[in-house]
Amino acid sequence: MTGVALLDQHLLSVLIALPLVGAALLLFLPREADGAIRKFTLLVTIAEFLLSLPVVARFDAAAGGMQLVERVPWIPQYGISYIVGVDGISLWILMLTIFIMPITILSTWSAVTKNVKEFMVFMLVLETAMVGVFLATDLFLFYIFWELVLIPMYFLIGVWGGERRIYAAIKFFLYTFAGSVLMLVAIIALYFHHHDVTGVYTMDLMKLYELTIPVKLQDAHVEAPTAGSVILAAVLLKMGTYGFLRFAMALFPVAAADWTPLIAVLAVIGILYGALVAMVQKDVKKLVAYSSVAHLGFVMLGLFSFNLLGIEGAILQMVNHGISTGALFLIVGIIYERRHTRLISEFGGLSKVVPVFSLCFMVVTLSSIGVPGTNGFVGEFLILLGAFKVHKWYAVVAATGVIFAAVYMLWMFQRVMYGKITNEENLRLADMNGREIAYMLPLLLFILWIGVYPQPFLRRMDASVNAYVTRFEAKKQAALAGSPAGEPMLVRYFDVKK
Amino acid sequence: MTPIPFDKAALVQGLYCILPELVVIATAIAVLLADLLLPERGKKTLCHLGIAGTAIAILAALSLGPGRIDGFSGMIVHDGMGLFITLTILVVALLTLLMATGYSEWEGTQKGEFYSLLLFSTAGMLFMAKGTDLMTVFLGLETMSIPIYCLVGFHRDRMTSLEGALKYFLLGAFASGFLLYGIALIYSVTGTTKIPAIAGMIGDLRLFGNPVFMMGVGLLLVGFAFKVSLVPFHMWTPDAYQGAPTVVTAFMAAGVKAAAFAALLRVTLLTFPALGPVMTNILWVLAFLTMTVGNLSALLQDNMKRMLAYSSIAHAGYILVGLVTVDVAGGQAALFYVLVYAFMNLGAFGVIMLLAHREDEGYDIGNFTGVGFRYPVLGGLLTLFLVSLAGIPPTAGFIGKFYLFSAAVKNGYVGLAVLGVLNSAVSVYYYLRPVVYMYMLPAQGEIPVPRPTRTAFSIALCVSAAAVLVLGIAPRSVLAFAERSILSLLM
Repeated sequence: MTGVALLDQHLLSVLIALPLVGAALLLFLPREADGAIRKFTLLVTIAEFLLSLPVVARFDAAAGGMQLVERVPWIPQYGISYIVGVDGISLWILMLTIFIMPITILSTWSAVTKNVKEFMVFMLVLETAMVGVFLATDLFLFYIFWELVLIPMYFLIGVWGGERRIYAAIKFFLYTFAGSVLMLVAIIALYFHHHDVTGVYTMDLMKLYELTIPVKLQDAHVEAPTAGSVILAAVLLKMGTYGFLRFAMALFPVAAADWTPLIAVLAVIGILYGALVAMVQKDVKKLVAYSSVAHLGFVMLGLFSFNLLGIEGAILQMVNHGISTGALFLIVGIIYERRHTRLISEFGGLSKVVPVFSLCFMVVTLSSIGVPGTNGFVGEFLILLGAFKVHKWYAVVAATGVIFAAVYMLWMFQRVMYGKITNEENLRLADMNGREIAYMLPLLLFILWIGVYPQPFLRRMDASVNAYVTRFEAKKQAALAGSPAGEPMLVRYFDVKK
Repeated sequence: MTPIPFDKAALVQGLYCILPELVVIATAIAVLLADLLLPERGKKTLCHLGIAGTAIAILAALSLGPGRIDGFSGMIVHDGMGLFITLTILVVALLTLLMATGYSEWEGTQKGEFYSLLLFSTAGMLFMAKGTDLMTVFLGLETMSIPIYCLVGFHRDRMTSLEGALKYFLLGAFASGFLLYGIALIYSVTGTTKIPAIAGMIGDLRLFGNPVFMMGVGLLLVGFAFKVSLVPFHMWTPDAYQGAPTVVTAFMAAGVKAAAFAALLRVTLLTFPALGPVMTNILWVLAFLTMTVGNLSALLQDNMKRMLAYSSIAHAGYILVGLVTVDVAGGQAALFYVLVYAFMNLGAFGVIMLLAHREDEGYDIGNFTGVGFRYPVLGGLLTLFLVSLAGIPPTAGFIGKFYLFSAAVKNGYVGLAVLGVLNSAVSVYYYLRPVVYMYMLPAQGEIPVPRPTRTAFSIALCVSAAAVLVLGIAPRSVLAFAERSILSLLM
């Protein structure tokens, strides 16, 4: 088989394998050759990005199902297969993952100086795992990639992180692992029950999962190295919400519908709680971490509106959050590298000293708030529209979250960038260098592009999300017709079994 | 009494059936004889002799094939199950001997009796795994255990070694007593010690509910529980594992477990379905207690050997989950896990053996500080084995646990599966602790220099690592082999 044909038929598998192959090759480079290791990794991630472009090109916006599917039996006696595919739901999240990688790698140029080789190996393994999560269409495969993400992330936080990195790394691992092994039992139960997956199940296990996501990752965020934070914000959090959309809600529609009031309340609480806690943070990174909680609250609210607008808004907002919050963490990283502090009180009046940095920071801040013309606005607006249709009051309360976001972001921006320069050290700050501008620019471009003309992105989601919503409704109706609603499904299923 | 006629064909078939055992015993004797003849400098050859003998035994086992061969009028049988466990045990012995090449050199166990005891014990394990008669099982168990008591106390000048050996011996002797008493009670009711015959009688004679019979089965279970260290019969394990020469610890943890679980599987799969829920409920409780106590105790350990000892208890609990279900799915998952455990356990012990400078204090977790980046291969290998022990994909440990808990869920034991996965979550903490020390904590003072690696030792580690990865990514054919093995047992 020629290379082109291989690429043609196994495009998605190549996307999964490429970073892993890169990581394996990296092992052969000498430890001291930091420069070569960095360049090689950057090259791999850029190659991965270029290879991912044909996915968008070949993606048929009119088709609602999985595309570019590859299917190989893996453990056939158990019906486990290697199946990968992409649809309108996963397309942009996948692209975001691949797009953010070279940017992240570039941002580590001066931030990561010890054990560069291992760092880059873990980054590439992480990329394989994350791409795998978004492409896997087999629950078993999905779980494998899901868990595979934990190991490199654990090392990235634990070795290259900040002060309390070990505590954060272990906490991150234990919380996530505990959540995911319970998910595994659910997967197994589902596996034996798959023939009547008409939604006879409960969100019970997932509920725990949802509850822990926003709060548990605070320490991981703050203690993670900048690159770790960017990945954590840009992709890992999306894995949770993506899991909801792709598996939890799709597989258990009745249960999802039953639990909607609770989840919507939690989402709104997340929005307000994240915003309020962000407001009082002294540390910029913590502030950004808490703003993530608020953003993910929006995503959840959108998902659980179960309509086209809400879900498309949520998917777009996942991508937006990846771009904006990723960019914010990079901004924090840039400033931290120069001053080795992230306390808001240490800064002030920076706009005069570092004008380019100031401009970038401004755009990213506005995008995070969701000002019209930036990507954040489109996502939040769609979500609020979708939510308003089904649960009006949640939308109304959630909308106040936007105001809070403006308050804490702008207040922080003002304290850092404007006013008098109170600290001598800030006078000597260097502005962004070419490398930093190079990785920031693509992010700014997408912030404005999605903000002004989101159509190309939304168009490719339409068919899939439409199909999703239709299927969801149909399944829900069928299940409701067959069984009384609201009965605890888990109990019933296992009573029958025994 | 009429004399039993001499049947030459039956004898030949019987000997053929135990061909691998014969090879192992012959090797053990050859090692003893060679020890007399070899000069002090040439003692290394003893180990090589053992390795060669074990390799031939593996070939012998393979040449027998998966078909059923009865030996000695149903006392012992070679079937699919026998083949699977025979291969597992022989691989354990082979890897142990490969590691012993290096270990004996550092720790002064370069002696004929060390290797021949290892080999005799291996032969005992093989008999135990293939015994279809409770007497064969008992004889195998004793042949396995007595050399191990000696091996645990092989470092005669170290108190921990002697303490471990004495504890193991005393409690093990009691366990043998329980087992034998159980067999006697069962015999008193059924008039036979053949497992299939007993299984056939349970329904006919309404043995279920017969207090003498039930007590016999219970005592039998206690005997096995001692050997695989199920809670509350695990008290000897940490001391014996910590005191024993590390290479013996690795051998015990993997080999004894494989043999004892094989025998237990034969008994449970054939007799427990007819005995109703009482027995499976007992197994359920034992599995839960063993997992939980093992994992919680392991959390507190600072000595790597002791930590792996408690982890070994926890793993016995996981394997027992596969026995609770008394069906093909559970049995096959248990068999598969026994094999997987052998590789990851031997691998982990192998790496810490290289990194520790001396027995006892050398295994303190603090000694591993900073090792990861200084010795990337060893650090990476230990991480791999620990990750597999914790049951994280894409390693064999994950696939093993996946099938154990799937079998539980399939048979409606969702509660046990949930307890099992929560236990895995707890175990992650102590499995990752050495990783924290190796990679994340700043090194205080000198980073210990690992022992110089020998080719044989490296081969053992590479084989274990490759097996952990291959069984984690492409477990298909081995799983199918395990399934056929269990089916052959039920035929």
